[in-house]
Amino acid sequence: MIGGLFIYNHKGEVLISRVYRDDIGRNAVDAFRVNVIHARQQVRSPVTNIARTSFFHIKRSNIWLAAVTKQNVNAAMVFEFLYKMCDVMTAYFGKISEENIKNNFVLIYELLDEILDFGYPQNSETGALKTFITQQGIKGQPQTKEEQSQITSQVTGQIGWRREGIKYRRNELFLDVLESVNLLMSPQGQVLSAHVSGRVVMKSYLSGMPECKFGMNDKIVIDKQGKGGTTDDPGKSGKQSIAIDDCTFHQCVRLSKFDSERSISFIPPDGEYELMRYRTTKDIILPFRVIPLVREVGRTKLEVKVVIKSNFKPSLLAQKIEVRIPTPLNTSGVQVICMKGKAKYKASENAIVWKIKRMAGMKESQISAEIELLPTNDKKKWARPPISMNFEVPFAPSGLKVRYLKVFESKLNYSDHDVIKWVRYIGRSGIYETRC
Amino acid sequence: MRGLAVFISDIRNCKSKEAEIKRINKELANIRSKFKGDKALDGYSKKKYVCKLLFIFLLGHDIDFGHMEAVNLLSSNKYTEKQIGYLFISVLVNSNSELIRLINNAIKNDLSSRNPTFMCLALHCIANVGSREMAEAFAGEIPRILVAGDTMDSVKQSAALCLLRLYKTSPDLVLMGEWTSRVVHLLNDQHMGVVTAAISLITCLSQKNPDEFKTCVSLAVSRLSRIVSSASTDLQDYTYYFVPAPWLSCKLLRLLQCYPPPEDGAVKGRLVECLETILNKAQEPPKSKKVQHSNAKNAILFEAISLIIHYDSEPNLLVRACNQLGQFLQHRETNLRYLALESMCTLASSEFSHEAVKTHIETVINALKTERDVSVRQRAADLLYAMCDRSNAKQIVAEMLSYLETADYSIREEMVLKVAILAEKYAVDYSWYVDTILNLIRIAGDYVSEEVWYRVIQIVINRDDVQGYAAKTVFEALQAPACHENMVKVGGYILGEFGNLIAGDPRSSPLVQFNLLHSKFHLCSVPTRALLLSAYIKFINLFPETKSTIQEVLRSDSQIRNSDVELQQRAVEYLKLSSIASTDVLATVLEEMPPFPERESSILAKLKKKKGPGAVSVNELEEGKREGGELNGGGERGGDSSAIASTPSPSADLLGLRAGPPVTAAAPSAGSLLVDVFSEAGVNDDGFLRFVCKNNGVLFENQLLQIGIKSEYRQNLGRMYLFYGNKTSVQFVTFTTTVTCPGDTLVLEPLIEGGAQVQQVINIECLTDFSDAPLLNIKFRYGGALQNLTLKLPVTINKFFQPTEMASHDFFQRWKQLSLPQQEAQKIFKANHAMDTEVLKAKLLGLGMALLENVDPNPENFVCAGVIQTKAQQVGSLLRLEPNAQAQMYRLTVRSSKDTVSKRLCELLAEQF
Repeated sequence: MIGGLFIYNHKGEVLISRVYRDDIGRNAVDAFRVNVIHARQQVRSPVTNIARTSFFHIKRSNIWLAAVTKQNVNAAMVFEFLYKMCDVMTAYFGKISEENIKNNFVLIYELLDEILDFGYPQNSETGALKTFITQQGIKGQPQTKEEQSQITSQVTGQIGWRREGIKYRRNELFLDVLESVNLLMSPQGQVLSAHVSGRVVMKSYLSGMPECKFGMNDKIVIDKQGKGGTTDDPGKSGKQSIAIDDCTFHQCVRLSKFDSERSISFIPPDGEYELMRYRTTKDIILPFRVIPLVREVGRTKLEVKVVIKSNFKPSLLAQKIEVRIPTPLNTSGVQVICMKGKAKYKASENAIVWKIKRMAGMKESQISAEIELLPTNDKKKWARPPISMNFEVPFAPSGLKVRYLKVFESKLNYSDHDVIKWVRYIGRSGIYETRC
Repeated sequence: MRGLAVFISDIRNCKSKEAEIKRINKELANIRSKFKGDKALDGYSKKKYVCKLLFIFLLGHDIDFGHMEAVNLLSSNKYTEKQIGYLFISVLVNSNSELIRLINNAIKNDLSSRNPTFMCLALHCIANVGSREMAEAFAGEIPRILVAGDTMDSVKQSAALCLLRLYKTSPDLVLMGEWTSRVVHLLNDQHMGVVTAAISLITCLSQKNPDEFKTCVSLAVSRLSRIVSSASTDLQDYTYYFVPAPWLSCKLLRLLQCYPPPEDGAVKGRLVECLETILNKAQEPPKSKKVQHSNAKNAILFEAISLIIHYDSEPNLLVRACNQLGQFLQHRETNLRYLALESMCTLASSEFSHEAVKTHIETVINALKTERDVSVRQRAADLLYAMCDRSNAKQIVAEMLSYLETADYSIREEMVLKVAILAEKYAVDYSWYVDTILNLIRIAGDYVSEEVWYRVIQIVINRDDVQGYAAKTVFEALQAPACHENMVKVGGYILGEFGNLIAGDPRSSPLVQFNLLHSKFHLCSVPTRALLLSAYIKFINLFPETKSTIQEVLRSDSQIRNSDVELQQRAVEYLKLSSIASTDVLATVLEEMPPFPERESSILAKLKKKKGPGAVSVNELEEGKREGGELNGGGERGGDSSAIASTPSPSADLLGLRAGPPVTAAAPSAGSLLVDVFSEAGVNDDGFLRFVCKNNGVLFENQLLQIGIKSEYRQNLGRMYLFYGNKTSVQFVTFTTTVTCPGDTLVLEPLIEGGAQVQQVINIECLTDFSDAPLLNIKFRYGGALQNLTLKLPVTINKFFQPTEMASHDFFQRWKQLSLPQQEAQKIFKANHAMDTEVLKAKLLGLGMALLENVDPNPENFVCAGVIQTKAQQVGSLLRLEPNAQAQMYRLTVRSSKDTVSKRLCELLAEQF
């Protein structure tokens, strides 16, 4: 189990240090600083073993979070916890920065006491935590005895993530399908690897204790229902169902029901939370195609031409497109010509960065650059790193569709139709690379 | 160069590694575009960018361009630009063929320029790079600059150091020439800096070519005396905290350590005077309280002391040095105490100062007990070991034993070995030895190696007088409820052999002994159990009354069906042996162990193999030692052991031990570990006696030298071939052999190369009968230490025998003729070897007489006849040897026409059987 947790600033100074177990000594703090933060080589592995002690770290901007243990723990669990902790801190005081951490250190210690007990992760649901760990002073809103006992019963009860007696004038819910698409493509246009990892994030403002049911075009469900089943818009996307490789759910989802009927039913927490996470690898819609062309002219010159093609409905608009073309390490000068957007040689990153604000589907754009090289003594050949790309598209590259989200509340008299529902799809690029 | 300052401050202000890399990438791109740019850069900006590249490189990033620009800077006329260019080249140069050529060209230009600063820059660059290519290009040039009359002092300094560097990296390229003699004269230079630089060079060169630089000794001495006798204000710039030129003094003293004491009396006198002054100065009150002052002073002092030790010829100085060190032993500075102990270790092995060192024994023992630093304690232990001799052995061994209980684990094993060796070497009575070793096992059993207890058993078995005492002592030691396994081993062995000696006492009756041993049995490891089983079977022989008990034990399942094959086999065999063999057979089989042949102590043998605890293998050390010998210029340093003892590795002293078994503390010279072997034994006798009956073989052998012998005799003439084999890889210098016998002296002066063999022929003529063999005296220098060895040449009277065949009645007739009492010599003696008829015959034949068969009525007896041929006369001799197998005795009777011959023959032969 987690023996201790440290938070460092970029210089390696300890901001927060919480030790849960005796086997972690004081020197562990320094060991991580010396061996990871101040290491000669950049440490890329998120898990570092120093003197039989394992350090799991993540970095948020300039802040290092490190969980320490001497035992053989489940690394995935530790990282899940670290991410969760980042979420909790963000929910409490916004961006994780040195300033914020210093200003809220009492709160952070309080949170750490609550979400981790003797190294075992506890309830890290922000909604629940906010009921009893507040940022106001004691004088702010004194809680009554009843309220306190209610909190206790909720936190220790069966539905720890939602308290009773929530009332909204307007019952509303927002559903975001956020996906990131990852790709590695050969220069010839052959897909070497591609996958989509997606999240369904829900923001619910519903009264009472509503029972929800979520449906999507999961291949297994659709096949089970057979062809006669109801489909929302057949033929529109050309395919009706997607194969989900693996998925995880928020703790509110009844897993027994999912296992038996493959239906996703739950009592949602109040506010924003992540309902599910999934991953697909088949039939991915690749929003962009990158066609590189690199020609070496002698030892001192390089000509690069890159064409990008958008591959989605013309009515949709992709945004924040950025193509990054790496340049050789001995570049001494670059001339760029592009039709659309802005392109610039960034010496500090050894790359040409080409930015396009917007681009409709089924379009094409190109950039050409002339790179001057300085002859060097080194016989090492340039490794030609891949061209990478960033973008945002308003659809789900995996093809996932939300078929329905039904809300039932038996005690309060509002029905499914009274709830205002919003659904949004956002596809982003993950590591989207094409070799050149 | 503001741009550079801005860039560096940018880098310093970067908050993260990533930011730093970004900034560097940006700068690199900028520099690349600048270097690529069409318009030529001026020197200033070139210098700036090269500086930036250098800075980036030193931050740990790869730089793969800019070399050309740096080389261009070399040809600039501005000092700063040239300097940056050289800096870049020194740091970033790799063996890139085209660039090296350009660089060499630029350096050559600078060397030939008249500008001293440019010359210095070029020399510094050569020294910093120091590659083979550089050496090839400039090894000829630099000596010229060094000795040229018009070279500036600063350039000379740089040139000397540069040459030193090249010599160190590629000595084969720096050729000696006529410049060498002129380099020596740099010691006379006005400029102290030049002298200091030159002396480093000379020291290094003279270690390899001592002869060429011999002249430096007198120059160095005069220079030293000028420094030492000067008032501190004379050498203004070179006075360091009131000490005149401390570095130069140390270097001079170190240079002198490469050579033997100067032969010229005046020079020697001056040097002694210097050394005395240095010792005097140490007594003066310090001129400053600053630590630098005392450090500088002590540095010179210690260097002077090591020179004194190296010379090892000035008793007065040695004693003074020892007294000075004695003062340091109680200094509150730990480093000084350490150094004092270390130097004393080497002083202890010098005959002049050994007594002086011994006076500090109390302090050293105190240091061993109270020092807080383990390395100092280690030195104290080493010193105790070095200063030990017969007079103080008991005290030192007792102290070491008591220290052992609290000693650091890291040095325990070494301490145990030292105690074991000292105890054996200086044992006056062997009961003390036995006590000590048993104590040792009791205190530090874990650290007692096999060899130590093997040795104690060897000694007990070979010495009748301690057997009973040893048995009693081990019996008592085994009474302890918990005793170490090594103790059980010793106990098992000794009681098995000599348990009968204490069986008379009812408290240690056979059964009590057996039960005591058997109570330990189950706690021991397999090898010990095997040993105990053997002890049990010996008990059956010694004490028949224990037979049934022991058989019961052997018969038990845990023995006879033991899963360990060795134990099982022993149990089964011993059981059978004890049940079927008769008492006589048992007595023969289980006879007391015969004495071990006296050979080199097994502990020392172990030490030879042993790798020192300091993880330095003996081989390495050996090499180090040889190197030490070489470095000392064919070896004039105060002997190996001084070099060894100054090695701060804990195994250093072990090496000292392994060099020769009996290291007497009263050694005549520091490096004479081996000499002691001989001086203790006096004239080496064992080899001699072996040659009475044979003519060829190895006369003598030790770690250094092997002497083989081959001889042939005819009538009164003989010819002897001596083969001297050098077993080391180092030359023996001034190898001199002298043969002395009443009459003539032979002298030969060969030089024996490492690993080589040299032959010497000696012609011998027997003038008249003799009893004293000629002596062979060998002197040589090995690694600086004078080795002296005296051997008896195996030339005995019997070598000149002429065999005479005669029939039985002839023999007895002559026998009766020689019936005068003085003509007969008779001896009755115990057999040393087995009484094998064939062996006896062979020996008698080897004697040179005719062995007469069927002469004596008793077939067991041997009779021989022969005539000794000398120039003066012929001496007929008859011999009769009567063995008595039951009593293991012989009676030897020799009759000859000359009484001295009879006596001598009788003496010689008595040792042979």
